[in-house]
Amino acid sequence: MTRMNYGTAIRAAFMHLLDHHPEVFVIGQGLWAKWYVGNSMTDLDKLYGVDRIMDSPVSESACTGAAVGASLCGYRPIVVHPRVDFMLYAMDAMVNQAAKWSHMVGGQAHPAVTIRGIVNRGGEQGAQHSQALHAWFAHVPGLRVVMPATPADARDLLIASVLCDDPVLYIDDRWLYDLEDDLPPVVERPLELEGPELLRDGSDITLVGSSYTTQQCLAAANGLAERGISAAVVDLRVINPLRAEPIIASVRKTGRLLAVDGGWRTCGLAGEVIARVAEAVHPAELRALPRRLTLPDAPAPTSKPLERIYYTLVDDIVTAAADLVKEAAR
Amino acid sequence: MTRDFPYRELGTLSDPEQHLSALAISGRDTERLLRQLRDMLLIRRVEEKIGDMVTAGMIVCPCHLGIGQEAVAVGVSEHLRATDRVFGAHRSHSHYLALGGGVYPLLAEVLGKLDGCSKGMGGSMHLHDPAHGLLGTVPIVAGTVSLAVGAALAARKDGGDSLAVAYFGDGAAEEGVVHEAMNLAAAWRLPVLFVCENNLFSSHLHISLRQPSDRVARFAEAHRMSAMTIDGNDLLAVSDATASLVAGIRRGEGPAFLEALTYRWRGHVGPREDLDVGVNRGSDLALWKRRDPIRRLADALREAESLQEETWQAMDRAVLEEVETAWRRADAAPYPDESALLDWVYAGGAAK
Repeated sequence: MTRMNYGTAIRAAFMHLLDHHPEVFVIGQGLWAKWYVGNSMTDLDKLYGVDRIMDSPVSESACTGAAVGASLCGYRPIVVHPRVDFMLYAMDAMVNQAAKWSHMVGGQAHPAVTIRGIVNRGGEQGAQHSQALHAWFAHVPGLRVVMPATPADARDLLIASVLCDDPVLYIDDRWLYDLEDDLPPVVERPLELEGPELLRDGSDITLVGSSYTTQQCLAAANGLAERGISAAVVDLRVINPLRAEPIIASVRKTGRLLAVDGGWRTCGLAGEVIARVAEAVHPAELRALPRRLTLPDAPAPTSKPLERIYYTLVDDIVTAAADLVKEAAR
Repeated sequence: MTRDFPYRELGTLSDPEQHLSALAISGRDTERLLRQLRDMLLIRRVEEKIGDMVTAGMIVCPCHLGIGQEAVAVGVSEHLRATDRVFGAHRSHSHYLALGGGVYPLLAEVLGKLDGCSKGMGGSMHLHDPAHGLLGTVPIVAGTVSLAVGAALAARKDGGDSLAVAYFGDGAAEEGVVHEAMNLAAAWRLPVLFVCENNLFSSHLHISLRQPSDRVARFAEAHRMSAMTIDGNDLLAVSDATASLVAGIRRGEGPAFLEALTYRWRGHVGPREDLDVGVNRGSDLALWKRRDPIRRLADALREAESLQEETWQAMDRAVLEEVETAWRRADAAPYPDESALLDWVYAGGAAK
């Protein structure tokens, strides 16, 4: 076992990929800088050379498109977007080109490109430095979307994403970078086999999260236990294609669902989780109406008191879950 | 409608009353010219057939015909190898055929049949033929230009002297990603040839209403790459310019830009000439049809007594027969199985 945090676990994934897979290279802004991507890529340029760790012009669209093009020629490029907000310039390459390519050519070619989008919010950064837009991308058939919540997943799901023949959007969250864990040695696993996992079993309510909100749900489950409430936690991990079975199985057992998401409410991931459950679980099996906790439908503010009420806190999850359990008991 | 340009820089190239004469072919390889004449004729007859079948209601998917522009793809492809990586756009039947793509897989594709070059999943706008170097064509304007730059990056990583080609039009030059892609290619000296088929129109809109100059190659100069602007209806001009630019790219001199001035005879999409939908180009179109790239080469070969009338007629009959045979076969071919809808979304199939 090796002690790592989420950020160094990502770096370990890069090193594994660059050590063992010569067709892997990395392109993106800030890759030779010390501060663009936290501790997740430190000195990779010095270890692997600037031909494989390619710091790029300020051209999200062309660099992502170039990675898609290179992926059609036998390479497995990783594009790094230090903030999801700026990645939107690359929408066409991701959504129109990479995601559709296999289908459009009858399965004869697959763009094995990984796009790493980093969520970097808080700190009064405001509307264009804070966004979590995973739900947009999870809507697109052909684009796998991966959101690791733990150091082990941060490493192993990045490796699985890059070795997958499909285009993958891998989203990591700077708020998780200091999270530590003991990691076993790397085992390469096919991304196709990865999906939502029950991280903690419980009998009163199912909390569903992804990435940072999964860690919040785990913390909330501890808080709920102190109140005598047994909460299960499902970590989504891969949100497209979304396999809802572990969520459904847990809700069948608990009868209650609280979906927590770091994105907005309308047409968001939490709504999708609730819909999947609603389609599969008969109302008679539910002990309370499903509920979601999301960002309010507003851009991220910069002002301190507004930012304080903008993001969901662990206490919010505890309160909402306890209310659901209480409500149903009435 | 057109407008006076602040900068009219194409000179006689954009004047349809110029450059009408037979090509100057003395000293050229006659066999090659005859083969290229046939290649251009085949492209034209295939596209005419597609247009007719759209009119007849047999083809439904949007087809963007490049009739009148055949010399560009044939002249460029002469200098490409199967290991090069070519990307096209919405009007790419000529790119596919000039690289050696079969008529039958193209017609089957346009009909959405399983034998199509994209298994019937792409239609006219998504052609895929890697065996001949065509990695893909897409209708998002400028959508493949950055992909071609990435393919060039891959070629450089591979070693060797393969290159990438990005075909696009004058309208694509108005998309921001083209400039990002050209900057990236130039900054990293990547082996990519940008081929702009400047046909003066983006959909219904003349270039004078969209750009301050009619010469798209000015953007290449801004990105400090070799650029040539030539008569795209002159097969020899296209071929010579491509030979020179491609040689530089293969020597490692970085990207290059070919602007081929041409004109499409049909409308933006479909078989009609668009005169009926308010695109006012009637007199110009009649003039441009006289600058026919096929006639100009055929006339030159006739004048040199390298092409007899009977040979020409026989060539055309053989081409038409090839097209008809392919059409009948494509028409009878099966569609993809319903499972294709989900099976090809991800590598490994629907179960994954």
